[in-house]
Amino acid sequence: MATQTIEFKDPAARASAAVAAASDDDIQDLKGDKLVLNMGPSHPSTHGVLRILVEMDGETITKAIPDVGYLHRGDEKIAENMTYNQFVPYTDRLDYLAPLANNVAYVLAVEKLMGIDGAIPPRGQYLRVICCELARISAHLLGLGAFAMDVGALTVFLHTFTEREKIYNLCESLTGARFTTSYTRVGGLTRDCPPGWIQAVRKFLDEVVLNIAESETLLTRNRIFVDRTRDVGVISRQLAIDYGLTGPNLRGSGVDYDVRKANPYLVYKDLEFDVPVGSVGDCYDRYLVRMEEMRQSVRILRQCLDRIPGGADNASREPVSIQDGKVTLPPKTKVLTGMEELIHQFMIVTQGVNAPPGEVYFGAENPKGELGFYIHSRGGGTPYRLKIRAPSFVNLGILPEVLPGHMMSDIVSILGSFDFVMGECDR
Amino acid sequence: MATPIEFANQLREKFGELLSAPVEFRGEATLTVSDPGRIVEVCQFAKGTLGFDMLLDLSSIDNYGEDPRWTVVYELYGTGHHAHLRLKTSVGEESSEVPTVCGVWRTADWHEREVYDMMGIRFSGHPDLRRILMWDGYPYFPLRKDFPLAGKPTELPEVAFTRSAPLEGGPFVTVAGGKDAIAREPRVRNPEE
Amino acid sequence: MDVSSPASGRGPSTAEFGYNSKIEGEVVHTTVDAALNWFRKNSLWPMPMGLACCGIELMAVGASRFDISRFGSEVMRFSPRQSDVMIVAGTVTYKMALAVRRIYEQMAEPKWVIAMGACASTGGMYRSYAVLQGVDNILPVDVYVAGCPPRPEALLDALIRLQNKVGKETITRDLKRDAAPEKYGSLGIELGERGEVLQR
Repeated sequence: MATQTIEFKDPAARASAAVAAASDDDIQDLKGDKLVLNMGPSHPSTHGVLRILVEMDGETITKAIPDVGYLHRGDEKIAENMTYNQFVPYTDRLDYLAPLANNVAYVLAVEKLMGIDGAIPPRGQYLRVICCELARISAHLLGLGAFAMDVGALTVFLHTFTEREKIYNLCESLTGARFTTSYTRVGGLTRDCPPGWIQAVRKFLDEVVLNIAESETLLTRNRIFVDRTRDVGVISRQLAIDYGLTGPNLRGSGVDYDVRKANPYLVYKDLEFDVPVGSVGDCYDRYLVRMEEMRQSVRILRQCLDRIPGGADNASREPVSIQDGKVTLPPKTKVLTGMEELIHQFMIVTQGVNAPPGEVYFGAENPKGELGFYIHSRGGGTPYRLKIRAPSFVNLGILPEVLPGHMMSDIVSILGSFDFVMGECDR
Repeated sequence: MATPIEFANQLREKFGELLSAPVEFRGEATLTVSDPGRIVEVCQFAKGTLGFDMLLDLSSIDNYGEDPRWTVVYELYGTGHHAHLRLKTSVGEESSEVPTVCGVWRTADWHEREVYDMMGIRFSGHPDLRRILMWDGYPYFPLRKDFPLAGKPTELPEVAFTRSAPLEGGPFVTVAGGKDAIAREPRVRNPEE
Repeated sequence: MDVSSPASGRGPSTAEFGYNSKIEGEVVHTTVDAALNWFRKNSLWPMPMGLACCGIELMAVGASRFDISRFGSEVMRFSPRQSDVMIVAGTVTYKMALAVRRIYEQMAEPKWVIAMGACASTGGMYRSYAVLQGVDNILPVDVYVAGCPPRPEALLDALIRLQNKVGKETITRDLKRDAAPEKYGSLGIELGERGEVLQR
């Protein structure tokens, strides 16, 4: 953007000079002049650093140009220099509202490349599904809280944050960190869940349904909320598919595509759940889809907690990771006493897990959409090229199409209903 | 619900020698299009007739040291039949230009801008090919293999500046007994230090 | 630091509201320094520069569990002109750097900066071509908070440390800076030998 110099002349003199200088045609143009507004990278809407240049005719938007890249950190180039396990913390910070889901998606892609995705022990798979669904609830809670806060309902934000604190406590006892968990490794998980964790999740589920119901009474039939979101940001079915939208944004427009049902991974084919699909494709539909998805996640979680092999305390000592020295780290007691384990430990830590040459694409159903990893490997422990297919990046591509025609205050509703995360968009 | 390999064979029947034999790996099918100029035809057939109505991903690979240097990878998906398919095409460094598929899938717009920004491959016919993640006027293409991870110093007044991150080549080493934590920080050190 | 405090070498600083202040009935005798510092430190309104994951922890600090308004930071003012402390939470990329600097310059004096998290302090785990290696390359930082992301309690600890630091400041702190403009780098801030930003 070019900088302009501002001359502080007396306003009255300036106005009269302008009128004197303008001819009749110019005055017509001045009346019809469009205002270019910069919704800058730092704005109160808590969606991160997105900049939108909006050209407006009065209050109505005529053109919108989003400018992304303010959080571009170079993840893909960093991935070429890291081993597969070393990159797991970077995946946390992609969609930083649901880090567990990103971790799982990434290691599933690497395991697909290595061909071991069928060999993950069932307890590990169930724990991964539990992590994904907890992350989904957490991300949707924050997305809804931020959306409601932007639209004006501040109470919902505080309520959802309190629920998220409970999820943070669960994550902390499971992984050691509130979020940015880095919990998964290629071939399994870092560790099993601690004793009492399953019961704690059950207790949390009982509480979160009450909280979701409370947020719903505050928002769903709220006249102001409905007026601000109904028939705003309508995306037709065909447009949504053409623009590559995925996740609740796509389902809000009526397309029944959920990776968990279409190309199931982990144990999703054994679990019963419904996928909510909207009809109109406006902001209100996307909001309803997210609300219902949270309830379906609770349903999935209850099934997982009931069926997890080994049960709550894992009395039968089920493993959570593959017990193959070439893939996962051997137990520390053996490392310091056994030759083979020492060599495996050394190779995995210094050179990384050895992946065969080839390329795979794996997409998982993340809360924001389909998070895909395209890994092109030429052998060895580091990828030759890792491309992260970020749902938020693709979802934002539709903004220049959706925003024109709406009023300025609808921008906030539309952005909130898209529920994007800039960490993922810019990588 | 056909499998990816069946779709790949259908594509091959239609286009014959333009496409390579499908490579099947981990249940996915990849086809290489030998002439990048005809990629739009192949994509249109895939979308129109075979039902691949969604372009999931468009990425690029830098085959540094090989010719052709660039490979552009298209990841296709059909919402009706739930099958994936991958198309690849290679283009050399001298031309570095591939026709755009924005006319087939509108989502390719931002993907191609990102590929241009990161790799420098131009897309002919693109409505607005400019940088998306870095700023306009940034002189380098970061994801190329000859560009260092640490970056290079640049300066564009009023817009942005960059410096090299303390990482230039080589392993990180620390100094035993440096005077403070800053001096002891593991970073690349010249041999004479 | 406090070598410039008028009380150095003479016992406790008079810049702090403490036992030097005599209370007679409803009137308190104290120094201007102490009073101003007491007002300033107990109402530090943050300008949240929430850029990335640390921004989420910043929001958690502002939410009801780890309430930051207990410490005087009543509102997270998103307008730089109405805030006192800028909390840079998240990775500052080169593309964003000049925007952050511009917003810092719009803040009214007195102002302070907390660099929250590893990315804002030193670039964190992102040693790459696109990330500014520490926001102290463009802003004078008062408190660094370690962590990726730091726990909310760590941020509150940083706020308390900042409050203690504010409590020791003298009223003449800004006069020194304006006195020698030729010393300052192109961004109007004083740079040390390694190019880092020095304290005011």
